[in-house]
Amino acid sequence: MNHVADIAAGRLTSDEYAANFSDVHPPLDRRRALIEASRCYFCHDAPCIEACPTGIDIPTFITKIASDNVRGSAVSILTENIMGGACARVCPVEILCQEACVRNTQESKPVQIGALQRYATDHLFDKGVQPFQRADLSGKTVAVVGGGPAGLACAHRLSMLGHDVVVYEARGKAGGLNEYGIAAYKLPDSFAQKEVDFILSLGGISVETGKSLGEDITLSQLRQGHDAVFLGFGLAGVNALGCEGEDLDGVANAVDYIADLRQATDLGALNVGRRVVVIGGGNTAIDIAVQSKRLGAEDVTLVYRRGAEHMSATGHEQEFAQTNGVKIKHWAQPKRLIGQDGKVKEVEFEYTQLDDNGRLMGTGDTFTVLADMVFKAIGQTFVPAPLRNGSAEMLELTNSGRIAVNEDRQTSLADVWAGGDCVPGDDLTVAAVQDGKLAAHAIDRALRG
Amino acid sequence: MADLRCNIAGVTSPNPFWLASAPPTDKEYNVVRAFKAGWGGVVWKTLGEDPPVVNVSSRYGAVNYNGQRVAGFNNIELITDRPLDVNLREIKQVKRDWPDRAMVVSLMVPCEEEAWAKILPLVEETGADGVELNFGCPHGMSERGMGSAVGQVPEYVEMVTRWCKKHTRMPVFVKLTPNVTNVLVPARAAKAGGADAVSLINTINSIVTVDLDVMAPTPTVNGKGAHGGYCGPAVKPIALNMVAEIARDPECGGIPISGIGGISNWRDAAEFMALGSGSVQVCTAAMHYGFKIVDDMIDGLNNWMDDKGYATLDDFRGAAVPNVCNWKDLDMNYEIVAQIDQQSCIKCGLCHIACEDTSHQAISAAKDNGARRYEVIDEECVGCNLCMHVCPVDGCITMRRIDNGKPYMTWTEDPRNPANMEAAE
Ligand SMILES: Cc1cc2nc3c(=O)[nH]c(=O)nc-3n(C[C@H](O)[C@H](O)[C@H](O)COP(=O)(O)OP(=O)(O)OC[C@H]3O[C@@H](n4cnc5c(N)ncnc54)[C@H](O)[C@@H]3O)c2cc1C
Ligand SMILES: Cc1cc2nc3c(=O)[nH]c(=O)nc-3n(C[C@H](O)[C@H](O)[C@H](O)COP(=O)(O)O)c2cc1C
Ligand code: SF4
Repeated sequence: MNHVADIAAGRLTSDEYAANFSDVHPPLDRRRALIEASRCYFCHDAPCIEACPTGIDIPTFITKIASDNVRGSAVSILTENIMGGACARVCPVEILCQEACVRNTQESKPVQIGALQRYATDHLFDKGVQPFQRADLSGKTVAVVGGGPAGLACAHRLSMLGHDVVVYEARGKAGGLNEYGIAAYKLPDSFAQKEVDFILSLGGISVETGKSLGEDITLSQLRQGHDAVFLGFGLAGVNALGCEGEDLDGVANAVDYIADLRQATDLGALNVGRRVVVIGGGNTAIDIAVQSKRLGAEDVTLVYRRGAEHMSATGHEQEFAQTNGVKIKHWAQPKRLIGQDGKVKEVEFEYTQLDDNGRLMGTGDTFTVLADMVFKAIGQTFVPAPLRNGSAEMLELTNSGRIAVNEDRQTSLADVWAGGDCVPGDDLTVAAVQDGKLAAHAIDRALRG
Repeated sequence: MADLRCNIAGVTSPNPFWLASAPPTDKEYNVVRAFKAGWGGVVWKTLGEDPPVVNVSSRYGAVNYNGQRVAGFNNIELITDRPLDVNLREIKQVKRDWPDRAMVVSLMVPCEEEAWAKILPLVEETGADGVELNFGCPHGMSERGMGSAVGQVPEYVEMVTRWCKKHTRMPVFVKLTPNVTNVLVPARAAKAGGADAVSLINTINSIVTVDLDVMAPTPTVNGKGAHGGYCGPAVKPIALNMVAEIARDPECGGIPISGIGGISNWRDAAEFMALGSGSVQVCTAAMHYGFKIVDDMIDGLNNWMDDKGYATLDDFRGAAVPNVCNWKDLDMNYEIVAQIDQQSCIKCGLCHIACEDTSHQAISAAKDNGARRYEVIDEECVGCNLCMHVCPVDGCITMRRIDNGKPYMTWTEDPRNPANMEAAE
């Protein structure tokens, strides 16, 4: 029998696309925000503050919502986290602030901190005001490499502190993974670009798009031309499966596909398989699985080599995938991708288990899953090449191959700081923002010396 | 099943839950709906002389607290704005159709004997069970020398009550205003005038909110606002105290009390009764939720009485009155300290910060490996209850009695009382 890969665009009606890719959590209206805000106990030494990587004073911003001081609430949020709007939509709150909420202990129902944060920040965005001012100008300039959450957070805070900033961004648009990576239904309606515009409206920050470190500019040039450098250029590499058939047609990196999806003006023009297999256990795997389903794929199977509890995707995310009709299979690893006429047809998996030493091993038993498309989502890696190209001095990397930094996010080069996904730590938008903010303050201290 | 029948000053009803004189009792239509829902009685919306009063548009204000609507309520309405004969006709009809329910008619006419002498027989003719003299309305009518303008002058209270007793055989309830410094003065005056019962409280002078855009009090009538009468859950503590003051006053001589003010459920009602109320009257709760709330009032009171072994209302009416005393009679040797149940503590830290910032620094805050722990320092705790009140978990903080073996000692007996020190010298 001849296998014809069923990959097609336009599986759904335009209304279905619109519904599937609109806001996954609709915003709270004032009434619901007030009810939710009144559930906050205004804890002393509130555990939620500690659980927020940017340390937003959560009880304070919620109290301000309750008193209808919504602008003040938004300013409290943005003071600690200039991407409070994006974070309100993309943070895995179930393992951050909301996990720490004391109401969990009491009634297993935390205050909806993320939704309230969105309510407050939306209010300010709708008004189109930039609530912050720049301090007296220092006359110093800082180069920021990468216009993602880390770079933009650093740039905004540096500008507030009085320094001029040039952001060098390889892509055509700033925003980083907010623009190219996060699931489309989490940041609909061009929110990422609205937030970039909001951040830049402070002034003092110029963004040079299409400028890639290692190609168009070198680290030595930046260090010569600026008083300090911040590196926030994320992760450029993708882990390979390392098994037969990886180069067949229909096999793709999840992050590349998502980047296309995020930039698509017409979702109906995107090709998606009838049967999709996703390999991986993180949020990227969940995101590609759910987005494939929402693009009209009939069967989406996510296969992970360990158990549910080992997945880096949160329980909430796994449940979300399942309610979206994604089938999750645990304890299996890909052995080979089988094709016909150069196109992928099925994936052979081997069951796995832990050996006596707790190491993962294949059991020898296998099964196959039919697939018109296979997405690889088994992790991203830092690619240091841009740092080396044309630069005499190389900064130190960690054992895990990321840029080594101290508490201030300073690298082994005294005038170079780094943050976000390219340094060790959680790969989260909120963590990247915190890195950028901390580095900005450290840079400010160094420049004022 | 307990017996909820109520008899106050000879007015009987199948249960003690009456609707207070207000919009819910302004018409036959409403009152019939209330009786169908199970209310034991009504005090018909206050009647006055013809021509009827005219009301303004925009009449009610409310206090919303932390998402709770109508925690307090106020109004600038006057007495009934319907013709006297229409009201009288309807009262007569309803009383005839619902003979077992209490029908008390609220009245407010000018402070002249003829006015009262004229209206009372008209009411009597309807077959109503009693009258309630509205000496309480604090707005509008008081500017015309009626309502609280009468209730605030004890001599008038006594005089008008006496006229009424002279011109009718119906039981006379005197409805008191809380807008006085000492409610005992008008209560005693009512008693002296021969009143059969007192009803309290009427509403409290108030401005509920200020509209910061219009820069005027609410409810706002074309840019202006007048003070109105405050009622609803927020006024219950004030009403309870006034009821207790009258119940324990020897001069008031155990005059029957119809308790009013913020009653929203059977428990509120039971508290008024424990402090001596016979019937209880409800306005705001009914205006907020409709007449159906009486179902739980009857059912809840019944179940509670069964649990406690009270067969009739008289079994517990006034039971808390002997325990209401003056401060100087409290036990100076009584000692309690706060106790935190670590199992149910959710680590909100509110007890700590309340005591630390505003009281006695008696709750320590420790952090062990990130885990918070709040503990009472017994020696510093004065037993003020603040932490127990701010703790959001029911039963997590309780107050523990310290058995110090000391006898009951009042302030009068206390050696620390300066009066006793002088005596000792
Ligand atoms: C598919 C996916 C879904 C995710 N979902 C979530 C989520 O729901 N919630 C969450 O909190 N986190 C999520 N993350 C993680 C989150 O997006 C990142 O942690 C965050 O964006 C890191 O910010 P950053 O600024 O360090 O890097 P990036 O966002 O990657 O930004 C780096 C920027 O640098 C630019 N750049 C790269 N190389 C160069 C160069 N050589 N020269 C100049 N510029 C360069 C890039 O174009 C980019 O704009 C997700 C990640 C992925 C991949
Ligand atoms: C809108 C409104 C109108 C009222 N009108 C009268 C009235 O005509 N006569 C009267 O004696 N009391 C009147 N009252 C006072 C109520 O009878 C009652 O004493 C007061 O509201 C307290 O009870 P509550 O807290 O249950 O509402 C009125 C109250 C309200 C809210
Ligand atoms: S009872 Fe009062 S003094 Fe004692 S611990 Fe609680 S708040 Fe502090």
